[in-house]
Amino acid sequence: MLAKAPPLRQDLVQIAEMVTPSSRVLDVGCGSGELIEHLARAKNVDARGIELSQAGVNACVAKGLPVIQGDADTDLADYPAQSFDFAILSQTIQATHKPKAVLEELLRIGKRVIVSFPNFGFWRVRLSLALTGRMPRTGSLSYAWHETPNIHLCTIADFVALTREIDAAVEQSLAVNEGGDVRELTRPGYWDNLTAEGAIFLLSRRAS
Amino acid sequence: MSSLFQPIAAQAADAGETHAFGALTLDSGESLAPITIGWKTYGTLNAAKSNAFLLCHALTGDQYAAGTHPVTGKPGWWSSMVGPGLPIDTNRFFVICANVIGGCMGSSGPHEVNPKTGAPYGLSFPVITIRDMVRAQAMLIDHLGIDTLFCVAGGSMGGMQVLQWAASYPERVFAALPLATAARHSAQNIAFHEVGRQAIMADPDWAGGDYAAKGTNPKKGLAVARMAAHITYLSEAALHRKFGRNLQNREALSYAFDADFQVESYLRHQGLAFVDRFDANAYLYITRAMDYFDLAADYDGVLANAFRGTKTRFCIASFTSDWLFPTVESKKVVHALNAAGANVSFVEFATDKGHDAFLLDMPEMFQTLRGFIGAAAAARGI
Repeated sequence: MLAKAPPLRQDLVQIAEMVTPSSRVLDVGCGSGELIEHLARAKNVDARGIELSQAGVNACVAKGLPVIQGDADTDLADYPAQSFDFAILSQTIQATHKPKAVLEELLRIGKRVIVSFPNFGFWRVRLSLALTGRMPRTGSLSYAWHETPNIHLCTIADFVALTREIDAAVEQSLAVNEGGDVRELTRPGYWDNLTAEGAIFLLSRRAS
Repeated sequence: MSSLFQPIAAQAADAGETHAFGALTLDSGESLAPITIGWKTYGTLNAAKSNAFLLCHALTGDQYAAGTHPVTGKPGWWSSMVGPGLPIDTNRFFVICANVIGGCMGSSGPHEVNPKTGAPYGLSFPVITIRDMVRAQAMLIDHLGIDTLFCVAGGSMGGMQVLQWAASYPERVFAALPLATAARHSAQNIAFHEVGRQAIMADPDWAGGDYAAKGTNPKKGLAVARMAAHITYLSEAALHRKFGRNLQNREALSYAFDADFQVESYLRHQGLAFVDRFDANAYLYITRAMDYFDLAADYDGVLANAFRGTKTRFCIASFTSDWLFPTVESKKVVHALNAAGANVSFVEFATDKGHDAFLLDMPEMFQTLRGFIGAAAAARGI
């Protein structure tokens, strides 16, 4: 069933590397299922998905992937605590209504949480707003302000602050740069916040 | 077993098999003995007995899911889905479909002769439940020497049986495919069933349920029941698209109560065609079984408890215009399966064809279910 697939998006390659083989994974906002398909095939992962778009869900199920139609803002409450080894939110947190609540739910459901998002602090975004006075439309943020699904954009610094606020431990953090190359985020991160187009965080609930 | 209906093409179509089993204790506390089951199979059971695919039929369905129906001469109820090369591929799977107990196509039901009295059961037949139907099917599966079913699939009342199978015999169900269904019958659906039952019982020919002995048949009551129910299987949009306010074989309104409108004529035809193949008392019993279905009630009112620890992989499907078993009912099942940590897929298909869409030619549904079934078969090593 799971035969050939096109190459994975760069951030998904990085996310897949963070996932332990043969683990249980929930991909929230799984799109047409590229990541869970890859994880199931390449890492023997029990990978499941939630996707908002019904067309995406039907495409996933037609490929034999266990995916349900659902909304990250409302449908995570069903899942038992710690029922997945990894809960993944790739390029989705900025489209949720309550990013903080969603992140807390993911930290309840998953032993570890992987989040990737576009960095609104990226220099091109800052420059675009500064020079044109209009809402930025760059590579990863290509929508007009009135039709974008990205209602809660943040910078890397904003996200780091949120992890502190909800007391999540950052186990790993990566800057995804222009051209797709990836490196560890440095501290305090001002430079990364300016030069990284996106970021990937591996989080866990801090032992209390 | 006697048959109410004379096969019109008995030589042309294989009528399947029947077998009399021992006693079955029912949810009501009564015991049914012997219990007869009529079933039909398609395809071949493999040596490992791992490719058995059980289909559960809906309220007015029967065991003739594929090919040509031996009584009506029409295609079986799921002939678009079940057959060589189709999503439920009879070249690959051993497909089994049994008439539910309470039915009228060869399994024990009110129409059949009670061996103890030599007369038809009529209303002396015990009230049965969805779980009783599933218990009877499990006796059949035992009889066929099958331990684990590769998949159990069905829509509407068939979907209720699928859910009951997965809850009652989780280790015997590798994959479950309940379509257009719910974990309990809603108040509105019970209400529609009651209308149908009252229509049957209001027909003088029903004779208190004893019409077999009286030599009558409550065809008018059963036809009205079918007409009312049939509306619930469609949608406002589909009825409008198909019939609008078009007149039937006339240029102007008749100012009388003939079937002026095409939709009236259509419904009358549906009613008349139905009484030729269905038994009125069976309709009472089977609708009652659906009314009584509330899977969570057997698990402390918590639906997730019905599926705790299940290893079955589920695919739940609903249809946007189905107002009899709306998507929200399927979502309740999905939420419960998530809470139980089950492996579940959930798809909703966009169609204006209403509840009956699961029986129709729906390429998107075929493609999606083919994907689910194919992945499950690969995992099962079929």
